[in-house]
Amino acid sequence: MTAPHDRPTASELLQAVKEWMEQDLMAGVDGRLAFHVRVAMNMLDIVDREIALGAPMEARHEEVLRGLGVSSDAELSHKIRTGEFDADFSRLLEVLRPVVEDKVRVANPKYLR
Amino acid sequence: MAKLGMAGGGMSELEQGIARVMNASEVTNLRRLSGGASRETWMLSADGGDYVMQRVRAGRPDGLGLEPQVLIAAHRAGVPVAELVVDGSHSTELERPFMIVRAVQGESIARKIQRDEEFTEARGVLASQLGAAAARTHQISADEVPGLNQSDQLTMYRNVMDEMGEPHPVFEIAFRWLDAHRPAHVRQTLVHGDLRLGNVLVSSQGLTAVLDWELAHIGDPMEDLGWLCVRAWRFGGAQPVAGIGSYEQLFDAYEAVSGLRPDFDAVRWWEVLGTLKWGIICINQATTHLRGISRSHELAAIGRRVCENEYDLIEYLTEMVK
Repeated sequence: MTAPHDRPTASELLQAVKEWMEQDLMAGVDGRLAFHVRVAMNMLDIVDREIALGAPMEARHEEVLRGLGVSSDAELSHKIRTGEFDADFSRLLEVLRPVVEDKVRVANPKYLR
Repeated sequence: MAKLGMAGGGMSELEQGIARVMNASEVTNLRRLSGGASRETWMLSADGGDYVMQRVRAGRPDGLGLEPQVLIAAHRAGVPVAELVVDGSHSTELERPFMIVRAVQGESIARKIQRDEEFTEARGVLASQLGAAAARTHQISADEVPGLNQSDQLTMYRNVMDEMGEPHPVFEIAFRWLDAHRPAHVRQTLVHGDLRLGNVLVSSQGLTAVLDWELAHIGDPMEDLGWLCVRAWRFGGAQPVAGIGSYEQLFDAYEAVSGLRPDFDAVRWWEVLGTLKWGIICINQATTHLRGISRSHELAAIGRRVCENEYDLIEYLTEMVK
């Protein structure tokens, strides 16, 4: 896959913004504003991880849904809610685990045990 | 010197109002602390004592509810709480409903309580003290504070979830499992509704006050114990109770006060419900941003914490459906 864009790549752009926030912006703020800057830097990290890891995660999510005979989380949710998987929670949890772990790996990898 | 000659000798209008409702000759040092979404919190000194005033935010029609009555009942039951000094829930003296309590010393920030050297001794006893405070809270019966909400928590959060319309298969499994495994023989008592680090004050010796009673309701008392053990409220700590204590410490202290041993399975049921509930609150926060009700990158970021709760629910439910 080749991107038509020039460098910096999307990830390199994010990193540049983050470095500026970390080194310059943070030095001039404290209290509530400093907390909000940290939240923003954390959000850039989430986007960066999603860019790096997102494609195979999307494929895995689709494959899991297909394996369960549904085409979306909404359809799966509806089937669970109407009892179609009641006898099968153990397998369902096992199948959904890697999908949820993927989400955590992008959002907050330190949370994984 | 424009203030010279004003009644109350240089006090601001709000300070004068507070002095009037407290029957104090002088109110000084009034300063606003960061409060919750529905309340303003102010610190103040009056005639040499320190007090906290909570007032409904402008534009919030919900009032103080029954919180002053709940505080009185909790105080009577022996729960460590800030003493109510003025109940202004039906007063217009300070423009909006308010209450004033005596200030209590202590730290509320979870990370400090969990990590700072100053709280080493407190960490050893806090789980027991929380268990005892919960047991005393749960000795308050429904008719002591008439009019409190008695809604079924599972139904309540089902409705919030449906209103937002975001699909989360793991949450649906949790709803099914919770509905099929409701605890039997449930007592109905006063429930604090948000008992956790962040809503209690802790000194170097331990618990000094249980705060934030605005979500108090009538229900299964085990809700408070389960909520205390939800992983989000462990704040990264390794132990189940508020990250700093064991189930045994919590249950032993609860039993010593009430004579009732908490049922572990019931507490775990509420822990699962609490995890689901926190996940739904996270969706709700992000929705508040996405719908433009309150645009905020902080609220937006919380949307990506929903999956932490899905992850925890998979751990709980995998163990429970075995």
